[in-house]
Amino acid sequence: MDSCPCIKNFLLLDSEGNRVAVKYYSDEWPTNSAKEAFEKALFSKTQKTNARTEAEIAMFENHIIVYKFVQDLHFFVVGAEGENELILVTVLQGFFDAVGLLLRGNVDKKEALENLDLILLCLDEIVDGGVILETDANAIAGKVASHSVDATAPLSEQTISQALATAREHLARSLLNCMYVPVPWLADDDAMGSSG
Amino acid sequence: MAQPLVKKDDDRDEEVEYSPFFGIEKGAVLQEARVFNDPQLDPQRCSQVITKLLYLLNQGEVFTKVEATEVFFSVTKLFQSKDLGLRRMVYVMIKELSPSADEVIMVTSSLMKDMTSKTDMYRANAIRVLCRITDGTLLTQIERYLKQAIVDKNPVVSSAALVSGIHLLQTNPEIVKRWSNEVQEAVQSRAALVQFHALALLHQIRQNDRLAVNKLVSSLTRGSVRSPLAQCLLIRYTSQVIRESANNTQTGDRPFYDFLEGCLRHKAEMVIFEAARAITELNGVTSRELTPAITVLQLFLSSSKPVLRFAAVRTLNKVAMTHPTAVTNCNIDMESLISDQNRSIATLAITTLLKTGNESSVDRLMKQITNFMSDIADEFKIVVVEAIRSLCLKFPLKHRSLMNFLSNILREEGGFEYKKAIVDSIVILIRDIPEAKETGLLHLCEFIEDCEFTYLSTQILHFLGIEGPKTSDPSKYIRYIYNRVHLENATVRAGAVSTLAKFGAMVDGLKPRIFVLLRRCLFDTDDEVRDRATLYLNTLGGDGAVVETGADVKEFLFGSLDIPLVNLENSLKNYEPSEKPFDINFVPKEVKTQPLAEKKAPGKKPTGLGAPPPGPPSTVDAYEKLLSSIPEFANFGKLFKSSAPVELTEAETEYAVNVVKHIFDSHVVFQYNCTNTIPEQLLENVTVLVDASEAEEFAEVASKPLRSLPYDSPGQTFVAFEKPEGVPAVGKFSNMLRFIVKEVDPSTGEAEDDGVEDEYQLEDLEVVAADYILKVGVSNFRNAWESMGADFERVDEYGLGPRDSLAEAVNAVIDLLGMQPCEGTEVVSPNSRSHTCLLSGVYIGNVKVLVRLQFGLDGPKDVAMKLAVRSEDETVSDAIHEIVASG
Repeated sequence: MDSCPCIKNFLLLDSEGNRVAVKYYSDEWPTNSAKEAFEKALFSKTQKTNARTEAEIAMFENHIIVYKFVQDLHFFVVGAEGENELILVTVLQGFFDAVGLLLRGNVDKKEALENLDLILLCLDEIVDGGVILETDANAIAGKVASHSVDATAPLSEQTISQALATAREHLARSLLNCMYVPVPWLADDDAMGSSG
Repeated sequence: MAQPLVKKDDDRDEEVEYSPFFGIEKGAVLQEARVFNDPQLDPQRCSQVITKLLYLLNQGEVFTKVEATEVFFSVTKLFQSKDLGLRRMVYVMIKELSPSADEVIMVTSSLMKDMTSKTDMYRANAIRVLCRITDGTLLTQIERYLKQAIVDKNPVVSSAALVSGIHLLQTNPEIVKRWSNEVQEAVQSRAALVQFHALALLHQIRQNDRLAVNKLVSSLTRGSVRSPLAQCLLIRYTSQVIRESANNTQTGDRPFYDFLEGCLRHKAEMVIFEAARAITELNGVTSRELTPAITVLQLFLSSSKPVLRFAAVRTLNKVAMTHPTAVTNCNIDMESLISDQNRSIATLAITTLLKTGNESSVDRLMKQITNFMSDIADEFKIVVVEAIRSLCLKFPLKHRSLMNFLSNILREEGGFEYKKAIVDSIVILIRDIPEAKETGLLHLCEFIEDCEFTYLSTQILHFLGIEGPKTSDPSKYIRYIYNRVHLENATVRAGAVSTLAKFGAMVDGLKPRIFVLLRRCLFDTDDEVRDRATLYLNTLGGDGAVVETGADVKEFLFGSLDIPLVNLENSLKNYEPSEKPFDINFVPKEVKTQPLAEKKAPGKKPTGLGAPPPGPPSTVDAYEKLLSSIPEFANFGKLFKSSAPVELTEAETEYAVNVVKHIFDSHVVFQYNCTNTIPEQLLENVTVLVDASEAEEFAEVASKPLRSLPYDSPGQTFVAFEKPEGVPAVGKFSNMLRFIVKEVDPSTGEAEDDGVEDEYQLEDLEVVAADYILKVGVSNFRNAWESMGADFERVDEYGLGPRDSLAEAVNAVIDLLGMQPCEGTEVVSPNSRSHTCLLSGVYIGNVKVLVRLQFGLDGPKDVAMKLAVRSEDETVSDAIHEIVASG
């Protein structure tokens, strides 16, 4: 019996159940179609629930699923049937908050896709091959952001509330069309023109 | 690339389905990846292309082998760039591509350089990447660095090495095991997650060394563990130690219980819950030990967080199965969860309440459940149905409202498994609660009027045939049954015909009318239906006269088929059409024990209508053929039973011998299967000298030597004994293998002419009482038990003394008697303090025997047993008791 807590997969889906980013650590879903079928079934099962204020939980096909929604993004963490539910939700919360920090509070599908590199690095920092690496959102975001070429202060030194405050500020400013938050590689692509 | 990568805000507002990856296409991105080969690398552009590649992979796009290799090679070029962000993406990309062995070599040196870099981020990530893609040979080269990394100052580096160790332990255990000193040091780390990873790895390294795990746990439970995750691990390891030491300690004390209880006051909820769950899962947990755990779980029930409520109610639900009274305190909190938004929580709350509820609360509960049933999934409904069934068995007076509930939900929409669960429950209630019989049967009748599942219809018809005629007014069922003959498919029609015949056989008053109905069935379009109708009309005397149904007809209609269907099938296949009719009495009755893999999951008892599992093809036929071909044994009559082979030699000796005991009515034949394992020898004239001085009732009558036993081709020699007829004589036999050994020239394979006589001592062999009992299952023990009657019942109580566990005691008695456990009762649920086991078999002389064993724990370890035997012969009942008394 392997008694180490184990994460089977992360799913980040949009409001129609399409993938934004997913990461599977278990080989229970060997093919892409098996994965998609799982995601679809899981999505339709949880779609109607309200997981916006608190993380929700469900039993599904012998897995424990914890999930949380924000805007048009659905975050899922899947673990084994016998897993400690609170460990799973800690991982989910770490993922959720780290994404919030990295996207500076603008957590929605568009923003997530524009910063997909950050999301993928974030997943890479939370779990390695199913083993939990880190659950603290500040630490995760710090590790991801420390090498993104962003001008603002390192995220690891901010608390969540500070970061959210910054995010709000950013949002307000971008709404006023004063400043657009530069997304490094997108900006670059624009500069280079569409050469592809 | 015509991507709408437009930056202006007003443009984005117009584009509703805006996505930076809109219109992305694999071929184009692969083209773009050529920028990796540019002499002047643009890190940001490269990062962006990698993101696109990762996006494609993430969406399920597959790269061909060639494409993957090409991408991989160009990605390796990016190690030239010093850009941190780009390097980070390169690491992720390499892991996603999972390169082949010869590709790995290309990046090894770059990664090894990063592994020894001064930048922590490089070291941590390079370790993770390298360990992910490496194989064993490379691992020995980098082992030194990994050991260093484990004790690195930087916690991220240390964790990376430890987690990689956890993965590598699966593939290269012998290497990782050499790191235990470093890992041990890391367990003491001040960094929370390093401690967690180190503890996980250390435990996995030592998991097979019970003493070491014990030491690890006892040192850490006294020390301070910083991270909640590590604390959870420690709780798991502690309960593992408790579980393993449980068998050794005689006292009620638990070594680490105080530690677990202390964890209930931890500040992290995750730890509190882990400890509470661990306590509830302890073997033989007492209510005093349970109380503090239940109390914290109860607090969780009213938490605002769904996850906490779910975790608590799920655990309490499990506790309710073994310790319902311990959970009753939580009932009020539990009831408020019935209306929980989260249906999983609501279902768990309801089933827990059903397990712990008292008689007065049943009606109120049922009302709440009725509203709730319509909006949950089938899987939850089945859980509820099963809980209601056990509740009804607990409070039989409430059968009316519970049965009504079941019949109501039976009429609603639902899948097969759900419907089957309901029907099974109703059947069980009818069997166990006599007052519920008539209403229950009518509910079932109504159900088959509109049932889409052939399986359920036939099962219910069969059940009606057995129970219906015994009710006060059997005629009211006939209409429902005969309707099936008109409206259903052939399988159901055939089942209905049989059921009609059963009513006809049992209720004389209905006979004339049944005959009319059966005669109508003679014109059915289906062969089977017509055949059955004809058969029943003839056996019941359908020529008009109403005669009392003969006993043999009743036996034919109602008696259980005590022959495993597989055996019958085999015998029928082997039967060659001839003058001699097929005789069902010659079909072997022995149920062969199933291989372990086929056994049902423990605790999953076959319920209700479920047929007994079919056994695999038996070897009985083969033995019977073999023995009847030997003239000396031909007149011994019908083979009663053949035992499983018993080894008479140690493994890997010169000669391997095992024996099969064949029991006949007044004879016993030992079949010695011999194998010669020496290539240089040929054995001739092989016999076994049997000394039966410790088996007084046996007398040797015949022996069949084996003429020649060459190397590695097994052969048999037989010895036959006579014993008193029908008596289960027991005894001990000592065996000596005697033979003439001849040298063989290995090159030519020819044996020398002269041989030497030699002997070889074999182990002793016993004929025991279990050899005289056939494992023959019955499909419905309760019916069989009742129809056997109490005429020759013998009941007595026995003390079995201290035993490791209840399960061990149950298995010992089953083995001693050699009988077939029925209805899954050989499985003892953990933590239970009493158990009832049902056995059935056939005793020599073809006497059916049924045994009911009731086990109970008397004191901490002592097991007491009540043995009730019913059989068709009182001497046999006594004999069973004698076996137990002397066993």
